[in-house]
Amino acid sequence: MEVQTLIGLEVHAELATESKMFCSCSTEFGAEPNTHCCPICTGMPGVLPMPNKKAIEYAVKAGLALNCDISEFSKMDRKNYYYPDLPKAYQISQYDLPLCTGGYVDIETEDGPKRIRIRRVHMEEDAGKLLHEGWGNNSLVDYNRAGVPLIEIVTEPDMNSPAEAGAFLDKLKAILQYIEVSDCKMEEGSLRCDVNINARADDKSMATAITEMKNLNSFKAAVKAMEYEEKRHREALLEGDPTVHETRRWDDARSVTVAMRSKEEAHDYRYFPEPDLVPIALDKSYIKSIRENLPELPDQRYQRFISQYGLPQYDAGILTSSKYLADYFEQCMTIYDNAKTVSNWLMGDVLRALNENGKDPSDIPFPPAYLVDLIKYVDDGTISISIAKKVFDEMFANGTDPGAIIKEQGLVQISDEGELLGVIRQVIQENAPSVADYKAGKKKALGYLVGQAMKLTKGKANPQLLNKLLERELN
Amino acid sequence: MRIKPEEVDYIAALSRLVLSDQEKNMYARHLSEILEHAERLSELDTDDVEPTAHVLPLKNVFRDDQVKPSLERDILLSNAPEVENGCFKVPRIVE
Amino acid sequence: MELYRLTAHEAYEKLKKREVSARELAQSVIKHIEDVEQSIGAYIHLDFDAALKQADDVDRHIDEGHEVPLLGGLPIAIKDNMCTEGIATTCASRMLADFVPPYDATVVRRLKERQAVVLGKLNMDEFAMGSSTETSAFKKTKNPWDTDRVPGGSSGGSAAAVAADEAFFTLGSDTGGSIRQPASLCGVVGMKPTYGAVSRYGLVAFASSLDQIGPLTKDVKDCAMVLNAIVGHDPYDATSVSRSYPDYTSALIDDVKGIKIGVPKEFFGQGINEEVKSAVTKAIELFKEMGADYEETSLPYTDHALSAYYLIASAEASSNLGRYDGVKYGYRAAQYDDMIDMYKKTRSEGFGSEVKRRIMLGTYALSSGYYDAYYLKALKVRTLITRDFQRAFEKYDVLVVPTSPTTAFKIGERLDNPMEMYLSDVCTVPVNIAGLPAISIPCGLDGRGLPIGLQIIGKAFDEETILRVAYAFESNTPYHNQKPSER
Ligand SMILES: [Mg+2]
Ligand SMILES: [Zn+2]
Repeated sequence: MEVQTLIGLEVHAELATESKMFCSCSTEFGAEPNTHCCPICTGMPGVLPMPNKKAIEYAVKAGLALNCDISEFSKMDRKNYYYPDLPKAYQISQYDLPLCTGGYVDIETEDGPKRIRIRRVHMEEDAGKLLHEGWGNNSLVDYNRAGVPLIEIVTEPDMNSPAEAGAFLDKLKAILQYIEVSDCKMEEGSLRCDVNINARADDKSMATAITEMKNLNSFKAAVKAMEYEEKRHREALLEGDPTVHETRRWDDARSVTVAMRSKEEAHDYRYFPEPDLVPIALDKSYIKSIRENLPELPDQRYQRFISQYGLPQYDAGILTSSKYLADYFEQCMTIYDNAKTVSNWLMGDVLRALNENGKDPSDIPFPPAYLVDLIKYVDDGTISISIAKKVFDEMFANGTDPGAIIKEQGLVQISDEGELLGVIRQVIQENAPSVADYKAGKKKALGYLVGQAMKLTKGKANPQLLNKLLERELN
Repeated sequence: MRIKPEEVDYIAALSRLVLSDQEKNMYARHLSEILEHAERLSELDTDDVEPTAHVLPLKNVFRDDQVKPSLERDILLSNAPEVENGCFKVPRIVE
Repeated sequence: MELYRLTAHEAYEKLKKREVSARELAQSVIKHIEDVEQSIGAYIHLDFDAALKQADDVDRHIDEGHEVPLLGGLPIAIKDNMCTEGIATTCASRMLADFVPPYDATVVRRLKERQAVVLGKLNMDEFAMGSSTETSAFKKTKNPWDTDRVPGGSSGGSAAAVAADEAFFTLGSDTGGSIRQPASLCGVVGMKPTYGAVSRYGLVAFASSLDQIGPLTKDVKDCAMVLNAIVGHDPYDATSVSRSYPDYTSALIDDVKGIKIGVPKEFFGQGINEEVKSAVTKAIELFKEMGADYEETSLPYTDHALSAYYLIASAEASSNLGRYDGVKYGYRAAQYDDMIDMYKKTRSEGFGSEVKRRIMLGTYALSSGYYDAYYLKALKVRTLITRDFQRAFEKYDVLVVPTSPTTAFKIGERLDNPMEMYLSDVCTVPVNIAGLPAISIPCGLDGRGLPIGLQIIGKAFDEETILRVAYAFESNTPYHNQKPSER
């Protein structure tokens, strides 16, 4: 039996407004618990919500960037459930008339481009945060986040592998960053993802029940959790045992999903129109003006990077996957003209260093001019490429100017023939067996001798010149 | 009776209430009476009638995205039954 | 005459002319409260010291040569479901017995800005759910006309306080008749303004799409004055309407010539007490003598209003009352096993039985499988009822009907029979469903000497015509001058 995995995603993105969705409290991250709160966002008796105009604008912007239709008539609804992080015991959300419907995002897969359909994008408010650890038999509630505006992006189950879902998430994050409606910082909870996954026989004769995984707080965790569940569902299907519908949680430490404690009764959210708020009716000209003012999106920038800078598709794809990275690249290009060299540095050392440190392109610790300076030092032979990598590490660690590092540590490349010849002669003298090997035809011995010369010069020898001179001396 | 005591149980759970057996029977009786009265609505043909959630013809009531000072935390927490470390304290929640 | 007996506008005139001081007004009312409150029980919270201090502030203000704003210096009181900064706001519920809001309701702020002297907070049905003020967790308020009888509800404290001269005026809230019905039973004037005319900010929500704050006063002129003070757009209430609001006192003309009155027959049918019917019919005849035209008409969907009302109001209430969970404020059970148990015990111990009944009814009406049959159906019937009124108002300036099907009933009489209690609101709920303004004014006494109320319903935002018709009636009848103590 051929088996297909079906994955649908629900992504919550916090909107980058200054104030909350229904009150004037700040949305700033990281404040002391319960200091960005007021009677409205903590659901005190008698208070009323007043919607933030900017949040609506951002949601429309997101809808347009995701190729959705924007509803000219939309309303807010209440989703009722009890949980201590939800101060009113209902979340103001949208049910049957979401702001945006029917969009799509194109992704790249192993089998070429693929279109993932967006079912809807709706607005809602965030809940507070529960602190479980360290308070014995209690949990603590911090409502700073309660009432921060969110959009929820719901896809169709169009992704057939965790890799595709990962590619979708990367692309979605890039789009939201490009249009500047969300900072998409997963570590601050501003982007969260729920996964719906099941497996189905290719001929559709059989399928497992859908499993929901809630609030995955990193893309990596999401992909790992999907891989785990994919396996579970495929095995279940092959064994003819459709998995029971359940909500599961990803345990990152153990790399397994576990069933969440079953709720006392089935969820019945009792949605109904929010009586404290009036409908949203957006006129065509408003939608049009937002559409016309949309910035360049990742796909457009990708095409431009290829045509304007002559970059390979692969490079253009990676660079434009993050707005910060693409911006950084273009800032480099205002002061330097070899696009491929800059691209190589960004895709290579810069991304590697960011990855190793769990950081985002927005965290590159030095300005584009420093990277260009470094490249130029290599170009004009001041330092070798291998020294440049060391300088880079120093730049990444401390954000220092490469010129200063080279000067302070005396890293300028030795390109003086006389000085290099002295070193070469010392190497030949001290490594007679290798010299003999080389003369006997073992060309590999040359590499060893170059290495020894590099060691003596602490890596500063101009490699091309060193090679040339060594060969000449040996022959 | 339209509502049986078992159904009252379910509704009570959904409403986060616990009821004694006596209350369950009483509410089953009362809710049945009220719903019986409401049953007469079903006689009305409303197929082509739009629901009215709001009587007002208002739309698009918004505020500007402007931060104003929040409530002082001591005041925010002053009505809370239990407080710890600047937070509302609740029984531990296990997922 | 004792000062406490004055109407608000009479007292204000005396204050303005410096014939009395604010302190004298306050002292007179306080003294009278000390005499009668024991037998009436209108208040949940009274603070005489605070009231006298406010009065002194007003006197100082006058001494400094300032003019006292309209209603300034008058001792008044507020239903206990409107938030008052620093003063407990309990909704007559065990759940909020200790809740002290850190904010004022917009209406409270507006009255404070006019330097009204707040005496205290008034008893009500718990969370405004009831028609007799008997569901209060704290006390039963007695009808000043007969202390064996209820004052009506849910603003029973607000109506009884005005009837017993324990305040110059009070504020109540009206979700299905909660201002008009107690006004009728206590023989005072009570008005529910158009939905959206008065801010709901700070009014503890019962049913958000129906709730509206309004005045309970000794006469129609007072009603217009209080209305002037409380109406207006509020940037903190998205359902408050931004428009220009008139000076309602200028609508008070003793002239109804040419006014077209509709008399919908559905409000005079089964269940309406004969004495009530005849008093209202007599009133309509009087209007005719005064030059108005009247005509019998029909609002065919009226019979369904009560059911639609109870479904919509309870559905919204079930959601609005979810927040009382023992986490942020209010009551929390002393003993519980875990979070869910805490929720359940807190809510079961904190709410009284009528509140629980409505929460469950509303939860049921919204729950999956029943939503279409109950809640959605009720919203559709709401459309039909609203259309009934729209059609009627194409022909008529006002509709005149009874306020309450009966006069004040005995304490305990309907408490165990919710359906019978709900029928108390049969003449008032259609108005809330359609969001319209309506007033109840006294139009006579029944054979037991209990007051009967006349309800005048107007077009949306046409409180002026209602007030004019009410004022004309009042100017030509003695009923508003009848006092419980003199019957
Ligand atoms: Mg959601
Ligand atoms: Zn807030």
